[in-house]
Amino acid sequence: MRRIGKNHASDEPVILCAEEVSREFDDHGIRVAALNRVSFTVARAGVTGLVGADGAGKTTFIRIAAGLLVPTSGKMSLLGLDSAAGSLEIQSRVGYMPQKFGLYQDLTVRENMNLYADLQGVPMAQRSRRYEQLLTMTDLAAYTKRRAGALSGGMKQKLGLACALIKSPELLLLDEPTVGVDPVSRRELWKIVYKLVEEDGIGVLVSTAYLDEAERCSHVVVLHQGRLLAEGVPEDFSSKMKNRVSLVTAEKSGQLRRIYTRVAGEEGIVDATIRSGRVRVVREQESAGRLKQLLNGAKVKIETAEPGFEDAFMALIPRERDHLKAAGEAGGGSFSRKAEGDDVVVVHTRDLSRRFGDFEAVKKLNFSVKRGEIFGLLGPNGAGKSTTFRMLCGLLPASSGDIQVAGVNLLKSRAKARARLGYMAQQFSLYGQLSVKENLSFFGRVYGLDNKNLKKRIDWAYSEFGLGRLRNKAAVDLPGGYKQRLAMAAALLHEPDILFLDEPTSGVDPFARREFWLRINGFAEQGVTVVVTTHFMEEAEYCDRMLIMSQGETLAVGTPEEIRNLAVSAENQHPTMDDAFIALAEGNVRNASDQADSTGRQDRDSGGEP
Amino acid sequence: MNLFAMRLRGILKKEVLQILRDPSSIALALVMPLVLLFLFGYGVNLDAENIPVAVITEDDGGAARDLVGRFELSRQFQVYRVTDIREAESLMQQRNVEAIVRLRNDFSARLTGSTEQQAPVQLIINGIDANRARLIEGYVKRITGTWAAQRQARGEAVSTGPVSIAHRIWFNEGAESRNFLVPGLITLIMTLIGILLTALVIAREWERGTMEAMLVTPLRRFDILLGKILPYYVLGMLGMGLSVAVGVLLFEVPFRGSLTALAVLGSLFMLASLGFGLLVSAAVRVQFVAAQISIVAGFLPAFFLSGLIFDLESTPKVIQIISHAVPARYFVNISHTLFMAGDIWSVLLPNGLVLAGMAIVFLGLAFRKITKRLDG
Amino acid sequence: MRVLRRILALVVKEFVTVLKDPKSRVVIIGPPLIQFFVFGYAATYDVKNVRYAVFDESRSVLSRQLIGDIQGSGKFELTGYLDNHGEMAACIDSEKARLVIHIGPEFEKRLYASRPVDIQVIADGRNPNVALIALGYLGTIVETFNSRLDGQGIMRETAPGLQLVERSWFNENLQSRWFIVSALGGIISMVVVMILTSLSVAREREFGTFDQLLVAPFTPGEILIGKSLPGIVFGLMDALIFAAGAVYWFSVPFRGTVAALVVALLCFIITIVGVGLLVSSLSMTMQQGLLGSFLFMMPAVTLSGFATPIENMPLWLQQADLVNPVRYIIIALRSIFLEGADLAMVWPHLRPLLLIASVTLPLSAWMFRHRAQ
Repeated sequence: MRRIGKNHASDEPVILCAEEVSREFDDHGIRVAALNRVSFTVARAGVTGLVGADGAGKTTFIRIAAGLLVPTSGKMSLLGLDSAAGSLEIQSRVGYMPQKFGLYQDLTVRENMNLYADLQGVPMAQRSRRYEQLLTMTDLAAYTKRRAGALSGGMKQKLGLACALIKSPELLLLDEPTVGVDPVSRRELWKIVYKLVEEDGIGVLVSTAYLDEAERCSHVVVLHQGRLLAEGVPEDFSSKMKNRVSLVTAEKSGQLRRIYTRVAGEEGIVDATIRSGRVRVVREQESAGRLKQLLNGAKVKIETAEPGFEDAFMALIPRERDHLKAAGEAGGGSFSRKAEGDDVVVVHTRDLSRRFGDFEAVKKLNFSVKRGEIFGLLGPNGAGKSTTFRMLCGLLPASSGDIQVAGVNLLKSRAKARARLGYMAQQFSLYGQLSVKENLSFFGRVYGLDNKNLKKRIDWAYSEFGLGRLRNKAAVDLPGGYKQRLAMAAALLHEPDILFLDEPTSGVDPFARREFWLRINGFAEQGVTVVVTTHFMEEAEYCDRMLIMSQGETLAVGTPEEIRNLAVSAENQHPTMDDAFIALAEGNVRNASDQADSTGRQDRDSGGEP
Repeated sequence: MNLFAMRLRGILKKEVLQILRDPSSIALALVMPLVLLFLFGYGVNLDAENIPVAVITEDDGGAARDLVGRFELSRQFQVYRVTDIREAESLMQQRNVEAIVRLRNDFSARLTGSTEQQAPVQLIINGIDANRARLIEGYVKRITGTWAAQRQARGEAVSTGPVSIAHRIWFNEGAESRNFLVPGLITLIMTLIGILLTALVIAREWERGTMEAMLVTPLRRFDILLGKILPYYVLGMLGMGLSVAVGVLLFEVPFRGSLTALAVLGSLFMLASLGFGLLVSAAVRVQFVAAQISIVAGFLPAFFLSGLIFDLESTPKVIQIISHAVPARYFVNISHTLFMAGDIWSVLLPNGLVLAGMAIVFLGLAFRKITKRLDG
Repeated sequence: MRVLRRILALVVKEFVTVLKDPKSRVVIIGPPLIQFFVFGYAATYDVKNVRYAVFDESRSVLSRQLIGDIQGSGKFELTGYLDNHGEMAACIDSEKARLVIHIGPEFEKRLYASRPVDIQVIADGRNPNVALIALGYLGTIVETFNSRLDGQGIMRETAPGLQLVERSWFNENLQSRWFIVSALGGIISMVVVMILTSLSVAREREFGTFDQLLVAPFTPGEILIGKSLPGIVFGLMDALIFAAGAVYWFSVPFRGTVAALVVALLCFIITIVGVGLLVSSLSMTMQQGLLGSFLFMMPAVTLSGFATPIENMPLWLQQADLVNPVRYIIIALRSIFLEGADLAMVWPHLRPLLLIASVTLPLSAWMFRHRAQ
């Protein structure tokens, strides 16, 4: 365990103190340690961030703090009380917001607040003042009579927070409070948290998978596979990375992805991502020699960049590198087709709409995707991405408007037309009880591979995705990242022309996400058309073009650069995708679809309303 | 308002709003009982009417005509007159008639003739449904018996045998099966609410993650137990009240006991069922599994092993012993007695005591199983 | 060729998922077998061990002879002798006995005087079925007693009496177990098939795998075949095991042809698979699938004629019941087992089944894709 910088917490009165906390679970008779002798403290009047990849033990730690689990060994005390013995007392003095927050969907906003006020024993006299405070803070005052189930993702999250705060807790425990929430709501949520810290002086322990959020914490604890790797103030983490981060700008804009593929996963390179139209590279050493060597011959400009917490985090976590490299090479020669830089439109929609009763989930969507493009559908949960996606795949009929995929509407076309499609559903959706091998051969046969080809392709999947040694394991028992690989392998087994990927990176840790995008890049290079949905705004950088949606409406369509340029202002020369989304959502820029939707409108002249 | 009352109010209000707003709870608690009541009230009936019977009258005598007339008049039988046995047998084979009554050509002559000879009435029944066959046999006996007795009374020569049975069926004079089935059905409906609905609702809280947020509040285990018992207890008692009302008003089933006794004993049964349902849901946190367990361990035994339709005392000893573990068995007995016989404490008390015991055991176990931790 | 390979892959996958999951493996064989035996014994209309008490004021040779006859019939179980009238009511009230027989003081005297005599019997009507049947048994015993009196010359008939000569076809001893158990297998295998199929699509919907199937180049018909086969195979297997159990364990006669049995069960199970898949394709979650199949099974079994005759229901309900697939298999099974029906004889009952299947199966196939979400 390394200590970075001074121990921030020791100056402040301690509100939570973990001493050598361990927790084991029973997994099919094998003891698995979710937490392994973790010690740290949380200070009053500050935000402590719990950061880590999947399976780091974040949720387990917060659950122990909330008195929901008892540590196998070690001791945790909150507010001077033992977490196991004093749980009842603790529970009346802390606010807790679980990952899947327990709002009662059938109850209104006010009724949910009443319930938690009753349970927490908030005196009647104080309620109206407290409610008013919380409702103003969360901007929910206008919705008190609405059922929680009918709120948007961000509003639900804010209501959850309001319920957890109902009795002005001394300590607030938040377990991944911003997953699937749009950037605007995320920003608001953090504002509320900081207001509480500053005004009421409460302590906050928050776990997060968004590394940019770690930067907003006053103290960060990094967990990895149940162990504490490092802790300290975020700046201490980033200062260690000084001179190790570069931004590579391609002189020709089309080169960006190629540069990215070339450096990602190479020896000496800790991390490579596409950010704001440039490749951001984190090196193992301060010298840029290795990077230059890799980029030898390419026309690029290399600048030094300010390091962030994310860079430090990537450098901190040990991991296998070979798969990342394999991912970048994506299939090697197995895809026989060559990229044909033609302008053939593969996916096309015109005034696509979908209603559920009175609710308009998708409103008049227009876009086209050309062969070999990576096209992103972006937006927060509930924006209508999945509905659009399901209509494209022929899983859901459209209420009005046209869809064509490879020249046909998949809902009505003959089954054969679907044979050219690869599909990866939201969340893990393979047959959990079947083994890796059984899943692969099922999907291969379904798409008509004969025995010889099937064997060839399965062998390809084993080596490409590193699934060979897991071939007899049931899919449900695979570790998170491998599940995603298997799902992808199954979708690619029959060498599809078009790939539909619905939220492929949701619930996947930063490493798996990087690996995934590297792979997608490789496929697109070979002429596969990719349509992908995501709620991670920064992932939009990997797309050729994208469409940003919110509440069923198109906010903007265009290349990442075009979209980002919408948010360029005097204060912000290099806006991120998040910035662009916030600007779009707040109406600070002219509705971009007018200016950016170039391909989508080309073929609209032919007819009026359907 | 003290904290306990406030917590309880919160959890109760939530539970009530949820029941009112969730269509599946309403379906299970109100629609299902009504469907069952109507199914049983109309569809399930052990008494027969208009049984098709072939009557062969080879005899043209007055006595024979008189007897056949009796068959034709009765509401139990629908008489098809045929002239020979072959025709009757083929009707029976095609399932057009369920029984054949044959009066031989010397029937009237034998009755009025010498004293040595008996006049046989031949009866052939389709025995596939043994229970129905016995019923038919009973009906035929009743008709011939009454006819003979009346002839004797008129002084016409016929003997009814030296010893005859003068029977009375107490509590249910007409031996109507509806009076027997509807009270039993109430048990089934309460089982449905107490076990299936309760188990589902709590499992759903686990699945939706609401339970986790609930646990990290100052709720005591006792509050959780009480908060779950009270609303479903009320719902179950409403279901019982509804069933009793429909049974008495619509199906005209007698109710001879006191409502107080029904309320008290019904509560005991409800609590035992709730305890079982809570136990299932505390042990299993998945709706799907909870539903399966409550059907296999709750609903089916309440149907087959409670004496609801099938008589327990006629089953093998092993089955009878197993049935003692089924709470429904005791309440079926109680409700049969309350509806048809009245407040007979020598029956109600022992059954009630067993139910009270079961309620205490199940609720106690459920209380022990309820935990404020995730890995309990 | 490709089509066959595709279907085969789906069928193999369906079987593997059923057999690999210990929970569904158990659903197929364990509980159904237990239910078959427990309910085979529990579901009976035969009345045995009827507890009765006797208030014998006659205390004579003849009255003891009558009681001996009752005792010897094997259907009754004596709980005790009563000493006065008051005890009779208490005995019934408290369920100490279900039948009280009162033999008057004049019993023997009257018989020797060649005068007819009544015995009073009170039956507990709380279970009217038991009461009626027990009274029926008693009637038969008394008849035998009467003819013995005649034979012993104690009392001569003064006039010719009516004599009921009974015979029952197909089930000579009127054992209701034959009636119940011959059909029970059909009911239980229906439950198995309903649970398997009603969950099969709903489970895939819940786990998101159904989308994978819809996006793959399957036609709805192909998915239908893949989803039906496990239900048909396991259902038929269970039903045949139950049929064997009925014959070899419960000694129910088997008078029909095996071909008729197999074809009838096959038709029935295909029909139920159709219903199950329809329920399943309408459900978004396993929960709904399970509740849906419950909602189908409750009325279907109640109105099937399994426990109570269809003929006893009001006419409108009998007509509505014509769409109930379970009623047909119940009739078919009973006529195969007990009446010795062959294929031609049960065919009229199978035609409606196939008709129902020809509606539900295509409808559920259509529903796979058109169920809006």
